[in-house]
Amino acid sequence: MTTATSRLTRVQAINWNRLEDDKDLEVWNRLTSNFWLPEKVPLSNDIPSWNTLSEPERRLTIRVFTGLTLLDTIQSSVGAPTLMPDARTPHEEAVYANIAFMEAVHARSYSSIFSTLCATREVDDAFRWSEENPTLQAKAELVLERYRAEDPLMRKVASVFLESFLFYSGFYLPMYWSSHAKLTNTADLIRLIIRDEAVHGYYIGYKFQQALAEASPERQEEVKAYAYDLLLALYDNEVAYTESLYDEVGLTEDVKAFLHYNANKALMNLGFEGLFPQALCDVDPTILAALSPGADENHDFFSGSGSAYVIGRTVATEDEDWAF
Amino acid sequence: MSVTAVSALPPELIYFSTRSGNTHRFIRKLDLPARRIPIEREAPTLAVTRPFILVTPTYGGGEAKGAVPAPVIRFLNEADNRALLVGVIAAGNTNFGAAYGLAGRIIAEKCGVPLLYRFELLGTDEDVTRVRKGVREFWTRPS
Repeated sequence: MTTATSRLTRVQAINWNRLEDDKDLEVWNRLTSNFWLPEKVPLSNDIPSWNTLSEPERRLTIRVFTGLTLLDTIQSSVGAPTLMPDARTPHEEAVYANIAFMEAVHARSYSSIFSTLCATREVDDAFRWSEENPTLQAKAELVLERYRAEDPLMRKVASVFLESFLFYSGFYLPMYWSSHAKLTNTADLIRLIIRDEAVHGYYIGYKFQQALAEASPERQEEVKAYAYDLLLALYDNEVAYTESLYDEVGLTEDVKAFLHYNANKALMNLGFEGLFPQALCDVDPTILAALSPGADENHDFFSGSGSAYVIGRTVATEDEDWAF
Repeated sequence: MSVTAVSALPPELIYFSTRSGNTHRFIRKLDLPARRIPIEREAPTLAVTRPFILVTPTYGGGEAKGAVPAPVIRFLNEADNRALLVGVIAAGNTNFGAAYGLAGRIIAEKCGVPLLYRFELLGTDEDVTRVRKGVREFWTRPS
């Protein structure tokens, strides 16, 4: 056991008024205030839009969501619980409990989409496809291997890659539909998931960096090399997975740019530098806009365009002490 | 304040970064004069004596409330500090949708200064190049 010394050795009643790491409370508050359920999203408004999709488009969409369901299931029932014994504080354990539950909500919400939009037979076919698809199964296995291994640091690395990288071959599609004014309510639901995954990846990455900082320089180098190796193994598989799904609709190259962009962000969550150069990360602006309305606006005042240069318009904020 | 006053001295960045250190890493990569706003509530906040650009992460899950980190609010609540603010750079994550870099927008609008730039997490090499160049030019621009 490499970092066993910092593990909790016994269960104590958790006292949220005595924090060892205020990041635990900050993230707990963020996650609980972000809580949502799929029932809140009016998915049935997407039925007319669903009916405009061609059969290959519908099949692709169901398969993509089935793949995402598998990842959420892994994270809920294996990933987050696996991190609990490695927790450094009881509050960290509680945050993982929240993450585990929220991943179950995510997994459940895909079934809400299916039951609203799709025929049972189509969904059954997709679940069968997910069981038999070699690249989807390889992706799951690459992660599960690290979850089973006795290396707490690599468990966190695998977890961050799942949260911050592996989902994105799937998230691309609802953002694409949304940018074409299709399945917009489904996209709203997916955006809630995307927001949650960002907090999960950030927090697990933060705990990883804390633990890594205590390791010897040699161990740090070793873990960093393992992390990049795992990312590349997952990336190669992700490319094959992407081709198997998106070649038919001609979107593969665009999805790859999105993969590169998110792989870099996953590495950053671990405190490492990105791997893919900017030229490979040129995500279609309409996808970025679907992900983050306004993200494509030019906030690069330095470049001289300054289109979003706003002055003097007040914004309502609630913070009591935010009154000049 | 006059632009001459700004360009008379090398640029200074004032930044906040939580224990996760993302913004801190970005600042280190910039390699420009910079001072950090203390994290601890008990610590006295920074006092600035010359014009500066503020670099701050965005907090929260997408609402204006809580988007600006409390230590940054305490720092800006000092009128003397606020008077010397010339621009803001915000860190964030596009996963938060329309709230990407929201802290920067709020500060820009409240303080009447430009939101100069947004970057994600630790910032990419391109972000570092653009901000380093941009800050230098912004500082020495003619009035």
